[in-house]
Amino acid sequence: MTTTSTADAKVNSYRSGPDERGHFGLFGGRFVAETLMPLILDLEQAYNDAKADPAFHAELENLNTFYAGRPSPLYHAERLTDYFRQQSKTGGGAKVYFKRDELNHTGSHKINNCLGQILLARRMGKTRIIAETGAGQHGVAVATVCARFGLPCEIYMGATDVKRQSPNVARMYMLGAKVNPVTSGAGTLKDAMNEALRDWVTNVENTYYIIGTAAGPHPYPELVRDFQSIIGKEVREQMMAAEGRLPDTLVACIGGGSNAIGLFHPFLDDKNVKIFGVEAGGHGLDVPNGHAASMNGGAPGVLHGNRTYLLQDDDGQILEGHSISAGLDYPGVGPEHSWLKDTGRVKYVSVTDNEALEAFQLCAKQEGIIPALEPAHALAHVMKLAPTLPKDDILVMNMCGRGDKDVFAVAGYLGMTI
Amino acid sequence: MTETRIDRRFASLKSEGRSGLVTFVTAGDPDYETAAKILAGLPAAGADIIELGMPFSDPMADGPAIQASSLRALKAGQRMTKTLAMVADFRKTDNDTPIVLMGYYNPIYVYGNERFLADAVKAGVDGLIVVDVPPEADDELCIPALNAGLNFIRLATPTTDAKRLPKVLANTSGFVYYVSITGITGAAAPDASKVHQQVARIKASTTLPVAVGFGVRTGEQARAIAKGADAVVVGSALVTAIEKSLGEDGRATGNTVAAVLDLVKDLAGALRAG
Ligand SMILES: Cc1ncc(COP(=O)(O)O)c(C=O)c1O
Repeated sequence: MTTTSTADAKVNSYRSGPDERGHFGLFGGRFVAETLMPLILDLEQAYNDAKADPAFHAELENLNTFYAGRPSPLYHAERLTDYFRQQSKTGGGAKVYFKRDELNHTGSHKINNCLGQILLARRMGKTRIIAETGAGQHGVAVATVCARFGLPCEIYMGATDVKRQSPNVARMYMLGAKVNPVTSGAGTLKDAMNEALRDWVTNVENTYYIIGTAAGPHPYPELVRDFQSIIGKEVREQMMAAEGRLPDTLVACIGGGSNAIGLFHPFLDDKNVKIFGVEAGGHGLDVPNGHAASMNGGAPGVLHGNRTYLLQDDDGQILEGHSISAGLDYPGVGPEHSWLKDTGRVKYVSVTDNEALEAFQLCAKQEGIIPALEPAHALAHVMKLAPTLPKDDILVMNMCGRGDKDVFAVAGYLGMTI
Repeated sequence: MTETRIDRRFASLKSEGRSGLVTFVTAGDPDYETAAKILAGLPAAGADIIELGMPFSDPMADGPAIQASSLRALKAGQRMTKTLAMVADFRKTDNDTPIVLMGYYNPIYVYGNERFLADAVKAGVDGLIVVDVPPEADDELCIPALNAGLNFIRLATPTTDAKRLPKVLANTSGFVYYVSITGITGAAAPDASKVHQQVARIKASTTLPVAVGFGVRTGEQARAIAKGADAVVVGSALVTAIEKSLGEDGRATGNTVAAVLDLVKDLAGALRAG
């Protein structure tokens, strides 16, 4: 390696994207209306300036430590590890760790991104914040940072999601946010994002749009990834401290892909680390419009500012898709994941609603951790994968959110009366 | 680039000494047959240039009226192949009125850019407005469209400042579409005097005609906005007329075609009187 030039090293790296036009190979870009273009370019400039400003990093680190509660623990899930070893037909069973991002303030990884973006909004002199939300975790995190910095905010949330994630709607109100239910389409995350974009076009002068996942027009996929990469950076350090080496296997769920890219990105060039992204398989990939697995069941297209894998019909009309998890119920995915899929660096799989529900219950009973339905998808894949791996395989799963928001909905699915 | 129907139409408007009327309706709204009748009737009703919407499931820059119009068309089975067929049908009886296809990138991308451009030219399309393909992505669709002989009409907006305007104008052809507000289609009407200043600003940087749209609903507004502009675009008001004419079952009635064309006559009359 010492003889390769830096140019070669860059070509050989999975971590050098996006290019200056925001492309990750075929994917990404800036596909927005002209009204928004000047602002997107301003944002890119503001982000580049912030990256070069030590004061920005210092302020973010301070907030991460004292407000969000970082670093989140890297936890050895002992009972689940034992359970998977009992299940193993090969006498193996990986050693399973959870990255406990559900312990962050507000209950998920979403706060990592919101703290970064609210500082950018302030640097840009914006006085009003908008956001879309699916599960409501991003909405709660946005409402939280807006309260913390005294900025008014409006959150767009699909009407279906308002119902199935009602505890988070209450939290947003209590934090002082205005929640706008969106009734178009299936009333889920895609529709919320359309409506947020319409608000932004209308109020572009004073408004900053905090996108909640590593998708949208450049530079959002890059900056959200960078703010979330604290997850993977901490895992590297924590794993070195715990085991004296890097993990062998990483697993995370994929909605738009922000928690996943945050865990994956610092490891992309570690060729021996196997990486799995878990999409929402809903009722099953074979059920038309019955899942939200855009990479396993979609095709490349352009929506919400970027080119990426999308659930769509052969006329280019976007499908609603379905997932039990509001946070994964989105017909697209961040463009960097589309590129990582096509390059083969990351393997993307899917699990069904029922498999996620099973994992949700297993985790609660075995580890005393009630996961959000989103990471329950990641765990459902760990349930399949861990028993097939050797005992010395170290696996890290991103426990990116807690399940408080889901307990009523899950109780309903399981037929419990409370 | 060779002269297009759009170039010829603006030249004749200029010699008539009046501003043109650009009408927007969605292909296939409320159904293929009714939309084809509306399209066929637009030139006689006074439309100088026709913008035909390519329906999309997620029209992010459109307000409720055009969103609903798009969804009505899709529900009635509209697809890109049918939109192109509708233009080809129109061309059998009208070889002069320019048709600009307007919409979002994904249905074009999925159809295949090259195939789309070839089929659009064959059908008799004159220009394209693709809301979510900015100049930064000119190499993918704009340049190939120009090479295929189509006009590529760019939107300029109140946020397109002096620094950015040359970039927006660089590969624009046919005309420049000035979006009179920061907002979505169907929003409140803009202040005419502000629009005049902005149009003057754009005209100082280009010899292309400038059409102004977004928020224009009535003949009176059209006339006020038209001063200083080469054309005025009306869309949401027309698709709202379609919506209001529908029966309880959401289908076209005997009034639907006339409801749209009567409004077009009003608007055209007001512009000509101005
Ligand atoms: C806990 C949790 N995990 C995951 C997601 C999915 O988003 P992403 O893929 O961007 O991490 C959400 C989104 O709402 C969430 O709330």
